[in-house]
Amino acid sequence: MSAPAARREAVDSPPAPTRRRRRLDPALLFIAPAVALVLALFVYPFVYGLILSFQPYGEHEADGALGSYLAFFGDPRERLSIWNTLRLAVPATVIDVGLALPLAYRLRRPVPGQRVITALFVIPLTLGTVLIAEGMLQFFGPAGWVNKTLIAFGLVQQPVQFLHNYLGTLISLLISDFPAVFLLLLGYASSIDPALDRAARVLGASWWQRTWRVTLPMLAPGIAVAAALSFVATFSVFPSAVLVGNPAGETRVIAFAAWQAAYERYDYSEGSAIAIVMGAIELALVGAALSLRAGGYRRMRTEGAR
Amino acid sequence: MSVAVRRLPVRRGEIDRGAIFVYAAVAVLVLVVGGILVSVVLDAFATSWFGGWLPDGFTDRWFRAAITDFDLPQILVATAFITLAVAAIGLLVGVPAAYVLARRRFRVKGVVQVLLLLPLLLPPITYGIPLATMLYEFRLAGTAAGVIVANLVPALPLVVLLLTPFFEQIDPNLERAARVLGASPLRVFTRVLVPLAAPGVLAAALIVIVRALALFELTFLTSGADSTTLVVALYYAAFAPGIRPSQQIDAMAVVYMATSLVLLLAALRFVNPTNMVVRVRR
Repeated sequence: MSAPAARREAVDSPPAPTRRRRRLDPALLFIAPAVALVLALFVYPFVYGLILSFQPYGEHEADGALGSYLAFFGDPRERLSIWNTLRLAVPATVIDVGLALPLAYRLRRPVPGQRVITALFVIPLTLGTVLIAEGMLQFFGPAGWVNKTLIAFGLVQQPVQFLHNYLGTLISLLISDFPAVFLLLLGYASSIDPALDRAARVLGASWWQRTWRVTLPMLAPGIAVAAALSFVATFSVFPSAVLVGNPAGETRVIAFAAWQAAYERYDYSEGSAIAIVMGAIELALVGAALSLRAGGYRRMRTEGAR
Repeated sequence: MSVAVRRLPVRRGEIDRGAIFVYAAVAVLVLVVGGILVSVVLDAFATSWFGGWLPDGFTDRWFRAAITDFDLPQILVATAFITLAVAAIGLLVGVPAAYVLARRRFRVKGVVQVLLLLPLLLPPITYGIPLATMLYEFRLAGTAAGVIVANLVPALPLVVLLLTPFFEQIDPNLERAARVLGASPLRVFTRVLVPLAAPGVLAAALIVIVRALALFELTFLTSGADSTTLVVALYYAAFAPGIRPSQQIDAMAVVYMATSLVLLLAALRFVNPTNMVVRVRR
């Protein structure tokens, strides 16, 4: 790697038209469209939504600026959507990370057929949540292959109700979220220098010690990031909660509540308020997880140095 | 620059339990995901499927029905137009930004990086609802332009995030050497940078297209009758079961599935699967 100074003089970017007018770093012009786009399409709508959420609409107008938030938190059915979402997102994240971790850990050393295996794991990611949920209607249905197999082996007498409930939504989340977690962890795991493991082995460390004291601490940041991104994806569960869940009851998730407010009741103020609440909860939990990781990682590293 | 992997010799008779675990997990995945996909395909071609292990007979009439009932050609055209436009605009705006972020240091770089990461860290619904409301104000909601605009929000950060490390690993000395040898900045760009960056840009384009095809929420919130993409059409079809026979919905799913898988196969020729997901760099 070159020194920063060398890098700075390295490339004069291709000419920018305004250069004649004043000597501005042309680099900034290159990045300006991207920043402008994010400001216009992400930051501005967000601020707009925030302002809108404090301008209650219709019957909530009398409650003052906080009317839309009061409407959400004051209604037990609405409030419950937060719990309904967490009840899906947290187990889905924990199970997916728990399954993907040993898999990615083992696959950092290639096994025969590695390329095919990773390609197989990408398929559910490409198909997306809607197709997985739609396909589950047949496969996990009362006359689907899963129930047929269970009955054929005598494991159950009656078909198991996999669909239109909590279980169906959880299964769909597990399937559609697993590939991303796995590939993310695989990326982190394969960037660990195998020499470290070999060194530990030569020095007489057992498998358990090598895993616990060498590999896992190195993987900790990757685990935290994978868990955080997995949570982001599962916390925003929406299509599968409707298609294979019970959106009127146990899987009435917060994204669905926000959509209902904005698109069924045309209360954009409350819709925005719920969206803001959703973003706030999510960012708070992800932030907590990532700061936990920073602390945990430091601790493990210093422990390892001793 | 992968580190050469050398295995310690496995002792004779020692079973590689890890590998067995890997293959077991793959088997479960293939059974579940494969089972879902195969039953969708079978049902789409089934005359009817009651109770048995296999459909009662096969037909292609559900596909012909889907073409007329769902206006499938229109949906396919809209989907192709929207995903390609998202990828093209995303690259046009994202590539220069990624290049600058990889090569330059400037005062507000940290802020810009966080700004370009945030849309990927928030659920699409959280900014999608205010964004859709805003697009309604500008009379853009329901149009293809509105759907493209909404899909750009996660697509642009994805391009920047994927390509910044890619530009970082292109040796700046190459560009410097070209400059020293008298190439104009434009020539450096077309003759040095473009050929070097092409594989990464192609990979990013494919990833953005694959993701835009599967991204549901933003299109769902902003699309109208003639800007519905495949995934949203599939959701609407599946959302109202009983109205249509399941076979017709599954025919729709097969069309969507085939489109995605063809794109995925194309993508995997150029893309390492681990790059299909966003990697947040520390």
